[in-house]
Amino acid sequence: MSQRLLKVIGAGSAVSLLAMSAAQAQDISLTVVSWGGAYTESQVRAYHEPWMEMNPEWEIINDDGSANALAGLRSQSEAGSVTWDLVDMLPSDAQLACEEGIILPIDHDEMLADGEDGTPPSEDFLEGSLGECFIPQIIYSTVVTYNRDMFEEGNYPETIEDFFDTENFPGRRAIQNRPAVNMEWALYADGVDPEEIYDVLATPEGQERAFAKLDTIKDDLVFWEEGAQSPQLLADQEVSFATGYNGRIFEAAEVEGQPFEIIWDGQVVEFDGWVVPADGENVDEVMEYLYWATDTQRLADQASYISYGPARHSSQDLVGQHADLGIDMAEHMPTHPDNYFAPIELNNEFWTDWRDELAERFNNWMAQ
Amino acid sequence: MAPKDHNDAFVAFDRVQKTYDGEQLVVKDLNLDIGKGEFLTMLGPSGSGKTTCLMMLAGFETATFGDILLDGKPINNIPPHKRGIGMVFQNYALFPHMTVAENLSFPLEVRDIAKAEREKKIARALDMVQMGEFGNRRPAQLSGGQMQRVALARALVFEPELVLMDEPLGALDKNLRERMQFEIKHIHETLGVTVVYVTHDQSEALTMSNRIAVFDDGRIQQLATPDELYEKPENAFVAAFIGENNTLRGKIESVDGQFCRLRLHDGSLVMALAVNIEGVGADSTLSLRPERVYLDVSTDTHDNVFEGDVKELIYLGDHIRVRMDVCGNDEFVLKMPNDSHARRLKVGERVNVGWVKEDCRALDPS
Amino acid sequence: MAQADASMDLDTGRETSLERMVTADGIPLKRSLKRAERRRKLFALGLVAPLLAFLLTVFIFPIGQMMWRSVDNPQIINTLPRTVEALEAWDPGADELPPEEVFAALQADFAADQELPRRQQGTGSLGVRLNYEVSGARSAVSRTARQVDGFAVPYKDEFLDAHRLWGQPEIWRVIKRESRPLTASYYVQALDREYAPDGSIQLRDEGQRTYISLFLRTFALSATILGLTFLLGFPISYYMSTLPMRQANLLMIFVLLPFWTSLLVRTSAWIVLLQQQGVINSTLVGLGIIGDDSRLSMVYNMTGTIVAMTHILLPFMVLPLYSVMRGIPPSYMRAAKGLGARPWTAFRRVYFPQTLPGIGAGGVLVFIISIGYYITPALVGGQSGRMISNEIARHMQSSLNWGLAAALGTLLLVSVMILYWVYNRLVGADSLKLG
Repeated sequence: MSQRLLKVIGAGSAVSLLAMSAAQAQDISLTVVSWGGAYTESQVRAYHEPWMEMNPEWEIINDDGSANALAGLRSQSEAGSVTWDLVDMLPSDAQLACEEGIILPIDHDEMLADGEDGTPPSEDFLEGSLGECFIPQIIYSTVVTYNRDMFEEGNYPETIEDFFDTENFPGRRAIQNRPAVNMEWALYADGVDPEEIYDVLATPEGQERAFAKLDTIKDDLVFWEEGAQSPQLLADQEVSFATGYNGRIFEAAEVEGQPFEIIWDGQVVEFDGWVVPADGENVDEVMEYLYWATDTQRLADQASYISYGPARHSSQDLVGQHADLGIDMAEHMPTHPDNYFAPIELNNEFWTDWRDELAERFNNWMAQ
Repeated sequence: MAPKDHNDAFVAFDRVQKTYDGEQLVVKDLNLDIGKGEFLTMLGPSGSGKTTCLMMLAGFETATFGDILLDGKPINNIPPHKRGIGMVFQNYALFPHMTVAENLSFPLEVRDIAKAEREKKIARALDMVQMGEFGNRRPAQLSGGQMQRVALARALVFEPELVLMDEPLGALDKNLRERMQFEIKHIHETLGVTVVYVTHDQSEALTMSNRIAVFDDGRIQQLATPDELYEKPENAFVAAFIGENNTLRGKIESVDGQFCRLRLHDGSLVMALAVNIEGVGADSTLSLRPERVYLDVSTDTHDNVFEGDVKELIYLGDHIRVRMDVCGNDEFVLKMPNDSHARRLKVGERVNVGWVKEDCRALDPS
Repeated sequence: MAQADASMDLDTGRETSLERMVTADGIPLKRSLKRAERRRKLFALGLVAPLLAFLLTVFIFPIGQMMWRSVDNPQIINTLPRTVEALEAWDPGADELPPEEVFAALQADFAADQELPRRQQGTGSLGVRLNYEVSGARSAVSRTARQVDGFAVPYKDEFLDAHRLWGQPEIWRVIKRESRPLTASYYVQALDREYAPDGSIQLRDEGQRTYISLFLRTFALSATILGLTFLLGFPISYYMSTLPMRQANLLMIFVLLPFWTSLLVRTSAWIVLLQQQGVINSTLVGLGIIGDDSRLSMVYNMTGTIVAMTHILLPFMVLPLYSVMRGIPPSYMRAAKGLGARPWTAFRRVYFPQTLPGIGAGGVLVFIISIGYYITPALVGGQSGRMISNEIARHMQSSLNWGLAAALGTLLLVSVMILYWVYNRLVGADSLKLG
């Protein structure tokens, strides 16, 4: 209810902003939907602000609606009034939206800039990242993090197995309240090879096995819902471990100075990127903006504000230092060789097929 | 001090004082004996302390000083529910969530009376107030008069020896009120219970009571039977409060046995009964009932005869109210019976009025 | 009321004599009365109309839409009309695949769908719909639909090559079962039931039942919160009703404070207070009442939900109670005591029953509001403090199974209405007093 209200207010303020911008002879106003917090901040500083500086007649309005992006796209499309111009969302949701025809298909080579070295986009973007309607932006990972203060010096956890070892590493653990990532880790900790996790998980026995492994730590579990909750729970020492998005953890550890340590073992990596709602009012402008905002330099720039890896090969070498802290960002990227030693690549196709059933089961398991 | 002897009294107030704020006495030194079976009315203007006295007797207020005795025993420390006193409240206080019969059953149930016995008593009490048909109704479905009867029946159903009534008829219209007065009076006579009745309506008090205690300023001004109170008020307040009254003010010139002579402010000299005066030279108020003033009389038959101007005539059917200017008092009233030989007066006419000295009471100056 | 009686009397009893009665200007009395009545009714309608329109658009219409969504099932019949027709002859009870004609029909349906402009294609939502029933159906549909143009006879083999799911009778049973434009399947799921292969409805395995126990927990939690608000609210309301107006208003402000505090402030306050490193735990540890390693879990679980919701909903109990108690004259208690009742008996038999309308109103308010509450449980309730509305919100926002969300919402609505009906039968809704 309140969210709907917020949306109404948001729409209202968008309208009034529009009116204002008309008065100031600003012709173009885009509503960009993203995840909020440090992540939106990185987009504002890397993309939106420089663009608006170059093009004063443009105005970009932020909306923190990505957590429910698919629901929002559907209801806007059903209501026949699409107010979002550009939406940041996960590739699995993008695939769904794409099949429902509520976002635009993208011809990447046609619509996006070549890499700085002239490589066409279809080759420049990381393998497997492109979707029918999806323009990749970053590669991020979900990682297990612990609070150093909650453990004794010299006995710090290092692996996902340690995360499941409540005897040697006691304390509560916060995990997200959905099956994806958690079930992968359960199998990984139970000895399944990262490459085979999804094959095992597609069988009833594999699912049983994952739940059985999760059962071993269930008494110590706390569940979080929104990305901002997990660093908060860690900082409050409500939990010893928390799973979370590596960018948020970086923000808390490096910018706020929290004693957090990331376990890169078994990090679950996934892409995140842009989609363009069909029937938006400013589709041409959005495409013009996207051409610029997803080029090699821009993607590399975003990495100066948050520790998510750029989704283009050509951007990798351009990743520099954090804009405010001056520390080298490369080693904080999920894709850095030191961190990328045992990654699990999130299988979106698996989750689109199994999400309905496993989410139900996982929910049930949480409630029991 | 030894308590006064209240041996034959059923209810006794002994030097009772009451203050709420510790500064002002609402009841000042109250002494009152009420006999068994008596119908005693506490009459007075609002704020005179009468309701406070009733509440102290019921146990909802405690006396600041003094004793209240019931049947010879002090009851100051007995909580209200153990006093066994029936009470009728100003707004009836019928429990709205109970039917009439349940309301009547309540005092019996808390006394652990068996069901059959209860039903008998309820039926009897309802019949007594002619409400036998209404046992299953809720209070909200009754008229004011019916609620009044039920409240009465509820106060009586457990057969208390003492019933308190706090302005019970205040909310009724005039006709109904008069009918209820007779009914209450009748019930009192039939049952022989002791009734302490509080009202500010003097006609109600006069109609119903054996004795009336007139309250003012936290004191009993006079305690007497209705006729005595009306005909022989002992001070100016009672005279003015009970019935209509002509007031003349002056100084005592002489006292002669039980009579005295007063010089009024306009110089006229009046003969009066010396009731409550301090002696020669003191100020005094004369009280004279309008129906004891006669027109066209001579000094042969009446001790006091004066001339007066007719100021106003009010036709009231059985009599005519005549307002005159007599002895410098232009609010002087007399009642002229509207019989066949009644004289036709006109405003502005000058006539003789007179009265006998026995009817004219010299009281405190007030 | 009296007026209605009177006019009824006019209508029936003395109709004939009234026909003859006319007003001064010669119009029959009855007609001019009717005209006056009509004018009054129109005026009344004018006063109510804006609210009525408002309720229709923001309340009744959305609820109707929700109920419709819980049974709406257009995806299969719209996208696969030929397949549905071809499946009519197939026996879903037999454990074998449908014949070649059905595969041919499916091929034709998919091919026809691919011809359509993208926005009108039905395979996307078809895949989503089928995936609710059979995991994997979504990729089976989306992958196959794009290939059917190149399929050759026999289609059956082509389909089985394209996705393993087409080789399982289960998916065909689902298509046949869900081929009508209305479905009960969302309700079947919402009641923890499932379809057996023979088409009958059976209870799910114990490990997979979710919603009934969640409904029961929601009712139990709401009842607990109702009980707590009553226990906390009754004495304070009574005390306030005995105070002079000014002091009572001051106290009322404290009761109403949670109303005036923003949700986020309140939530963080509870977390600061209740968490393991929070004020209460630290105080208890500091006082040595509990050990440092046995700190109490009071937030992110059921306790958190109960504490937070009791706090928020307390005013809904206090306000009606207070206003009812204010209206009870003290003379009732006096009368009861004067009639011989001990103070406790007088309270129990005379005062308390008169507060029932307030308790009823407060109780209905608190109970119904807490049944539908979801923000607070989501923030401080953890898993054990979740309520059915959180599940509805999850299906609305993240799993996007709006049909199931609608079915759960409808069940919730119906159960609230049943409760209200029961309440009405037991106590009488007309006795509610909201102040």
